[in-house]
Amino acid sequence: MKQDMNFLPRDRLQGLLDLLAAQGYRCIGPQVKDAAIVYDDIASVEQMPRGIRQTQAPGSYRLHDSGDDYLFSWANGPQAIKPLVFASEEVLWQCDADDNKQLHFTETLPEAQKIAFIGARPCDIAALYIHDRHFLQQDYRDPCYLARRQNMVLIAVNCTQPADTCFCASTGDGPGASYGFDIALTEMAEGFLLECHTETGQAITRDMQLAKAGEHTIVQADELLKQAAVQQRKLPAGNLQAVLFNNLDHQRWHEVAARCLSCGNCTAVCPTCFCHSEIERPQLDGSGSQHLRQWDSCFTPGHSYIHGITIRSDTRLRYRQWLTHKLGSWHEQYGRSGCVGCGRCITWCPVGIDLTEEVSAICMESPT
Amino acid sequence: MKNAYLPSEVEVVDRIQESPGLFTLRLRLTDVEHQNRYHFEPGQFNMLYLYGVGEIAISIVSDPSDEHIIDHTIRVVGRVTRGFDKLRPGDRLGLRGPFGRGWPMSATEQHDVVVVTGGLGCAPVVSVINYITHRRERYGHLNIVQGVKHSNDFIWRERYDQWRELPDTQVLLAADSGDALWPWHIGRVTDLFSNLSYDPERVSVMMCGPEGMMQVVVKNMLAMGVKENKMWLSMERNMQCAVGHCGHCQYGGKFICRDGPVFNYTEVKPLFSVRGF
Repeated sequence: MKQDMNFLPRDRLQGLLDLLAAQGYRCIGPQVKDAAIVYDDIASVEQMPRGIRQTQAPGSYRLHDSGDDYLFSWANGPQAIKPLVFASEEVLWQCDADDNKQLHFTETLPEAQKIAFIGARPCDIAALYIHDRHFLQQDYRDPCYLARRQNMVLIAVNCTQPADTCFCASTGDGPGASYGFDIALTEMAEGFLLECHTETGQAITRDMQLAKAGEHTIVQADELLKQAAVQQRKLPAGNLQAVLFNNLDHQRWHEVAARCLSCGNCTAVCPTCFCHSEIERPQLDGSGSQHLRQWDSCFTPGHSYIHGITIRSDTRLRYRQWLTHKLGSWHEQYGRSGCVGCGRCITWCPVGIDLTEEVSAICMESPT
Repeated sequence: MKNAYLPSEVEVVDRIQESPGLFTLRLRLTDVEHQNRYHFEPGQFNMLYLYGVGEIAISIVSDPSDEHIIDHTIRVVGRVTRGFDKLRPGDRLGLRGPFGRGWPMSATEQHDVVVVTGGLGCAPVVSVINYITHRRERYGHLNIVQGVKHSNDFIWRERYDQWRELPDTQVLLAADSGDALWPWHIGRVTDLFSNLSYDPERVSVMMCGPEGMMQVVVKNMLAMGVKENKMWLSMERNMQCAVGHCGHCQYGGKFICRDGPVFNYTEVKPLFSVRGF
């Protein structure tokens, strides 16, 4: 693909945004809100986090202004693509009763929008592909997810400034994107190395008449990604299903349960967590009733409730469920681990529990 | 592709009070064409929806060859079932299904069958018993074993009496405690296992009930020479979507709603007695 690599000067990124808007895309991009990087509607490069750096640590997230012109010199915020395709709350259908008490069910699919997601991180693209498998590539397709997903264009930005909490290099999901995107950018001092990966990506950028990237630029981008792959944290390699399920009585589950608040922050920020509950919301005037779904978490008592019994009645059982699923039984379900190395569960944990530490303790100090 | 989340309207054709707090709703899809093509296997379940209240998973107890009616036997335990309890013929509710994998009725043909149920009501295996009794020539000796806590919990006495009269069929009943009129065994259901009649090489054991009870049954059957892969059980977990999306019913790597609810024992064995899954 090297021959398809072009150079996009930083001052022409606005041109790409304008082009996408002109082609009917709703542009979603990174910006600073409430002291965090979030993804929302964006029309101008001026809204992007120019010069922003971040410090992430267990239980800590801070932004700083470096004063330079880099737009993507940070790793991630609490959310990225997941809420756009798998909404935190959405109506699945509506039921109305007529005067004869007959029931009428109406499908309420979200509007299928053309969305251009700008600044997708490789870890988040990997997570999106896991959700595609979960929601679309099973016996039943999820029509709401499909409606949101099907017209999405992904403009990846490779990670050149991973946070201390990142460990995508060990899961194989970053810091450079290798699949799933239409266009990938790597940011450098003067602008971006731009690579088109799909016909959609080529069609979008065709009219920009960008210059081919020079050899020096390509080498420099490679070097940046090599440096970004040097990360402090890592997950043990391979399929951990057997080792985790062989250690269900490990003392470490008790230790982590003593620290864990069972708040569910980790599952809310995890880009691959898919659990959701269905709820009923009857209209107050009696005119009908909506059936909705909301994100749920395996850290709630309700998650495992059946007629009077809570299967996971304490935090040890809930943390163990989360970790054995994410890194263990996920392999059986989707052929890979459910962790993409984004590190959000570490950063956004109010007590700073580090999943890489916990899994190492359980897998490396196997009592057997 | 049809939206698997969207219910269809059903009408309550009849309501049968089985015992205090336990009733059967006989349902029919109001769309005649839909009812005509509706087909299920014993052991599968439907999601039933009460207008304005919510949706729950309920197993189907009628016979698959009955094209006109879908029966659900329901115990009053929560908000939705309390509402279902008040329904009367002519009332409407929502139904989507059938979902899940049922009992291995084809694979077990010509086998002796041991059906073991415990606790209260055992709708998921009543469909098996009905299925076999309507196709009696296809199966070997049928053992129906039911244990209840107290004799007052026993329902469907007439059905058990009818089953008892069928050829090559035996019914074994036990109550942990019972009143003077309980004519059958007082004690644990496993006390009766020595009376079971089957060929260990050609037997299928199908069970449903509390997991503690099923663990005891598995242990006893293994001791009596039944192989692990000759036992099937119906599992239960929180189910909200019924199609393997919502995540609540996960059991290790299995989604009970989609990969079950009926499992061969070998599939669930690794986690079967582990608390928290």
